[in-house]
Amino acid sequence: MRAVCWQGTNNVQVETVPDPKIINPRDAIVKITSTAICGSDLHLYDGFVPTMEQGDILGHEFMGEVVELGSAVHNLKVGDRVVVPFPIACGGCFFCKQKLTSLCDNSNPNAFMAEAIMGHSPAGLFGYSHMLGGYAGGQAEYVRVPFADVGPFKIPDGLADEQVLFLTDIFPTGYMAAENCDIQSGHIVAIWGCGPVAQFAIRSAYMLGAERVIAIDRVPERLQMAEQGGAEVLNFEKVDVGEALKEMTGGRGPDAVMDAVGMEAHGMGVEGLIDKAKQAVRLETDRPHVLRQAILACRKGGTVSIPGVYGGFVDSMPMGAAMNKGLTFKMGQTHVHRYLQTLLDRVQNGEIDPSFVITHRLPLEQAPHGYEIFKHKKDNCIKIVLKPGQAA
Amino acid sequence: MNQSIKVEKTVTIDKPTAELYRFWRHFENLPRFTRHLKDVRVSNDKRSHWITSGLLDGTIEWDAEIIDDRPNELIAWKSVANADVDNAGSVQFKPAPGDRGTEVKVVTVYNPPAGVIGDAISKLFGENPKQQIGDDLARFKMLMEAGEIATNDGQLSGRRNSKD
Repeated sequence: MRAVCWQGTNNVQVETVPDPKIINPRDAIVKITSTAICGSDLHLYDGFVPTMEQGDILGHEFMGEVVELGSAVHNLKVGDRVVVPFPIACGGCFFCKQKLTSLCDNSNPNAFMAEAIMGHSPAGLFGYSHMLGGYAGGQAEYVRVPFADVGPFKIPDGLADEQVLFLTDIFPTGYMAAENCDIQSGHIVAIWGCGPVAQFAIRSAYMLGAERVIAIDRVPERLQMAEQGGAEVLNFEKVDVGEALKEMTGGRGPDAVMDAVGMEAHGMGVEGLIDKAKQAVRLETDRPHVLRQAILACRKGGTVSIPGVYGGFVDSMPMGAAMNKGLTFKMGQTHVHRYLQTLLDRVQNGEIDPSFVITHRLPLEQAPHGYEIFKHKKDNCIKIVLKPGQAA
Repeated sequence: MNQSIKVEKTVTIDKPTAELYRFWRHFENLPRFTRHLKDVRVSNDKRSHWITSGLLDGTIEWDAEIIDDRPNELIAWKSVANADVDNAGSVQFKPAPGDRGTEVKVVTVYNPPAGVIGDAISKLFGENPKQQIGDDLARFKMLMEAGEIATNDGQLSGRRNSKD
């Protein structure tokens, strides 16, 4: 089959690789009909995530048709159309039972690597680093899905791929980020970054009752999409974000702040240059500019919600501000499984059509071009859906 | 005289103590989740024969005897006198607080002999025996909680010059 393979920093290639096979009784093989490139794929592309290996198959936002089932999967049948959550969850451990599926104890065969760096291992993920399982991803024609009796979620007839594909990651990720804001009536929420996750976080914050959402970025088309979702927008290259947020919130600061940027934030001024230099020589693995600014902006007693991905270490966190202002931090990889039904309901009842975020549709064969334009935000690119089997 | 090596590792498994004890008490089950045991043959209620795998120059075998057995609490074993590898181990099952299943603690001790077998044993237990025991326990947990052991063995990729 054809698959998008990581060949090194800034280098992905579509290669011919062997078709996946059932390995464990709870596995399924899914023939992929639609698959997307995610912002966290760019962290891999940019070479900032440790334990990638040349040749790894990327992709963790995918859906398709079940074509083969292991002997222990009884709730699916061949031909079912499914979306597959990006964290792999066993369904039987303490964390899965509490629907904290991105913390599954049993899905990462390389847990020892994660334990060495983080103390404990989160769930294995599709198409990510070896530290998080080394599972082949879904930017391919077929994928092996472990614990298929727990992950894949059947899609009812009448919904197009593009309406449900993002249930695999970015819609639940944006929704969980908004849920983590603990939004109460009258609350104002600020969000850094207007990428695809942020677009869903903005809309989710309104679904959960936010009074106002203020979105911060510098890319015009992303700010425009945020505005279409009801957000007031700030361009951080044009205004002092901290000051502007204070002015817009009666001096209080936003009740909750979201960092939807993560480890590769573009800092401004001297601080940004120092972080960039440190990251280049690996003195710090992540550039936490946004997180620092969000902590300072947040109102006293407010909540900092972090959907943006961090991989390692950050320097110079304003812990004094966080502590003395009594902030609450909430974060984590998304427990996708717990949101599938409720978010599907919102799609089905017409509250949201997630396809709004798609700017590009490309054949799988054009994935290298897709990564290039997504990374450099060329051609107004915000979200790319790849179609396997389509002529290049 | 080599120093004896002792390793302890604990994991919490979300299953009742009785179920975990029962599985472990059947030593034939151990190779299902340990990396280096190829086979354990149980001769009688006390005695068993352990065969390792994964060594370049063949297998190492020894006889072991159960020296303590408290149902749903503890099993302890020890290699019999004159075994090639003088080793002992125990597994303890303790209910975890808050209805979270069972804390399973494994302790192993071995005295690596001198010479060829000693070198092979060192290879067997690796440079980091604690991690090996930890990995075995992680696989035990997977088998008990998930019914199978998560793996990416045979995982495909676009690696050039590789067979996988």
